[in-house]
Amino acid sequence: MSATTQSPTASDSRTPSKAARLLGDRRLPVGVTALLFLVMYGVGLGRYQFYGFAEPQVFLNLFIDNGYLLVAAVGVTFVILSGGIDLSVGSMIGFTTMFTAWLVERQGLPIVVVIPMALAVGAFGGFLMGYVIHNFEIQPFIVTLAGLFLFRGLCLVISKESISIGDASVSSMAQAQVSLGMGFVSIGAIVSLVVLAVAFYVLHYTRFGRRVYAIGGNEQSAMLMGLPQGGTKIAVYTVSGFCSALAGLLFTLYIQSGDPLHATGMELDAIAAVVIGGTLLTGGSGYVLGTLFGVLVLGLIKSIIQFEGTLSSWWTKIATGVLLCAFILVQRFMTTRKKT
Amino acid sequence: MTTSSTTSSRWRALTRHHLFWPVAVLVLLLLVNVPFTPDFFSIKMADGHLYGSLVSIVLFGSPLILVAVGMTLVIATGGIDLSVGAVVAITGALACSYISDQKDQGALSGVLLAMGLGLLAAVVCGLWNGFLVARMGIQPIIATLIIMVAGRGVAQLITDGQIITINSEPYKLIGGGYWLTLPFSIFVVAAVVAVTGALTRRTALGLLVEAVGGNAEASRLVGIRSRRIKILVYMFCALCAGIAGLMISSNTSAADGNNAGLWIELDAILAVVIGGTSLLGGRFSIGGTVVGALVIQTLTTTIYTIGVPTQTNLVFKAAVVIVVCLLQSPKFRDKVFGAKFAARFGAKSGAKPAATPADPAAATEAAPKMEVS
Repeated sequence: MSATTQSPTASDSRTPSKAARLLGDRRLPVGVTALLFLVMYGVGLGRYQFYGFAEPQVFLNLFIDNGYLLVAAVGVTFVILSGGIDLSVGSMIGFTTMFTAWLVERQGLPIVVVIPMALAVGAFGGFLMGYVIHNFEIQPFIVTLAGLFLFRGLCLVISKESISIGDASVSSMAQAQVSLGMGFVSIGAIVSLVVLAVAFYVLHYTRFGRRVYAIGGNEQSAMLMGLPQGGTKIAVYTVSGFCSALAGLLFTLYIQSGDPLHATGMELDAIAAVVIGGTLLTGGSGYVLGTLFGVLVLGLIKSIIQFEGTLSSWWTKIATGVLLCAFILVQRFMTTRKKT
Repeated sequence: MTTSSTTSSRWRALTRHHLFWPVAVLVLLLLVNVPFTPDFFSIKMADGHLYGSLVSIVLFGSPLILVAVGMTLVIATGGIDLSVGAVVAITGALACSYISDQKDQGALSGVLLAMGLGLLAAVVCGLWNGFLVARMGIQPIIATLIIMVAGRGVAQLITDGQIITINSEPYKLIGGGYWLTLPFSIFVVAAVVAVTGALTRRTALGLLVEAVGGNAEASRLVGIRSRRIKILVYMFCALCAGIAGLMISSNTSAADGNNAGLWIELDAILAVVIGGTSLLGGRFSIGGTVVGALVIQTLTTTIYTIGVPTQTNLVFKAAVVIVVCLLQSPKFRDKVFGAKFAARFGAKSGAKPAATPADPAAATEAAPKMEVS
């Protein structure tokens, strides 16, 4: 978040580069998202305070229930900051649950061996996609769409049925609770926060992070400056693949089964979280901290709907859509007002 | 020498035509079927209808072609529409629930009203998308995500979470009926494609759309009402999705809010890209999109006919998508075929398009080189 990240101005035609308001503009969306999260939480408090909404555990549950989404969204943040997009995230998560469940249950491998294997597969998948995107200059949307089909297909190749995990070490890992005094969080929540911290450091305090911003801001300029844009691009997709696989492992722990249809469409949740967090889809502008608030907002929408209780499955979808819409419009309204 | 050089330049002009690779893949995919189904290309006449694999490919591919044609224009303005699948579901749900409430489900007036109602809902969805994108300045992928998420809920709300089945002869015509020995949906698709083609290529509308996609702000400054064009384009895309929704629900005589048109948006985007339209906007090809949609439908049919196990469908599809896109990538052709092509045709640099004035195809093909992101 420091001012040292001198990323070039985003290629947004409505904001001509005026150095004076550069700083304010960049951080504003994150602030607005955080503020709206607080407002929504306050509304929740007011509305459901007699149903236990005020308990700290409700807040901590946001991290427990959305840890995997946070990890996936952090990976997507890297890709979007570099000006690309990754649609393979949901499939990769589904594939990892299948892969893990199959190796642990059907092949009898211990989970500690399976974890690095799954991460390696995810990172390699991301690397391959990045390689094709960079070397053959094919649009990321299409290459990762092919990745989406490929990994979803591989899920089904492993098994058409879902595999539930009864392994003792997996269950103990899944049920482990880390006490925080006022409540507890799961291992998944902790891992996700560690990933967030690492991503924050990498993006804002390392050379690699600056290259990601530079390429997303203007690839041509980055290339003329002599930045290794190819390597950075491939690395970004590798990071996203790795994060997806890690998210898949967390999801496996959370749900304790592998299913070929797990996490269908989760790439859109991840992209929505990143964009709600104020990162521009055109690349080069945004903060990974915004992604955290984006995930929290999506999670809060879900838990508010749960507290509402009486809603049927289709009302849940409508309510999610309406809240998403209201949120985007309010954020849009507030950020443009400040600008003009 | 002269003859060989003219053939080589003709060949080069041919390979650089923007429809060459999509059509080549389509033909290849069709030919793959022949060893498995020897009478693949034969078309039989029975009951006064034409039957055959080719006819059914076009029949089952009709909704996808429609959605993809609408999507082409949206993508040409630099946008994207993720909501088409939900619009398909809403339109089908609305039309079917209206018809199922009628006393006489076969009454033509009731069916027409139901269709009008469905299409109106679709256009309203498109207007909403266009409003968010053009007026509110929200990124298209997020703006259309709203209806993508909420739309299926609305469709289920309309059908009350049930699958509504109807029994209406006139409604059956759009998606499953025959007219002049051919499936009726082929005529609908032909009409939509012809009208779109005429509007975009015979009038200045196509140029305006491309201008908006190229640079919305610049086009606004030269006096193009870029916002209005964008809204119109989203409305058109939703209308196409609406017609596709009528077709799908008519073909199955049922409205399924949850599964109708599921993932059709991804297939449609894929069709547009296979057809050679850049996702960055500013250039489009309706013909390419139609070929692209046919490639996807042929692929699906091929997978079934050659007996690939159903669970490997998607892996297969991914492989073909990558091959098609690699073939279309000038850089890939340069790297893989570059040396050979250069040696055979005496070109200095394989696939680098050196646009000669007498070679308009090469000039159009030169564009994607600059568009790579």
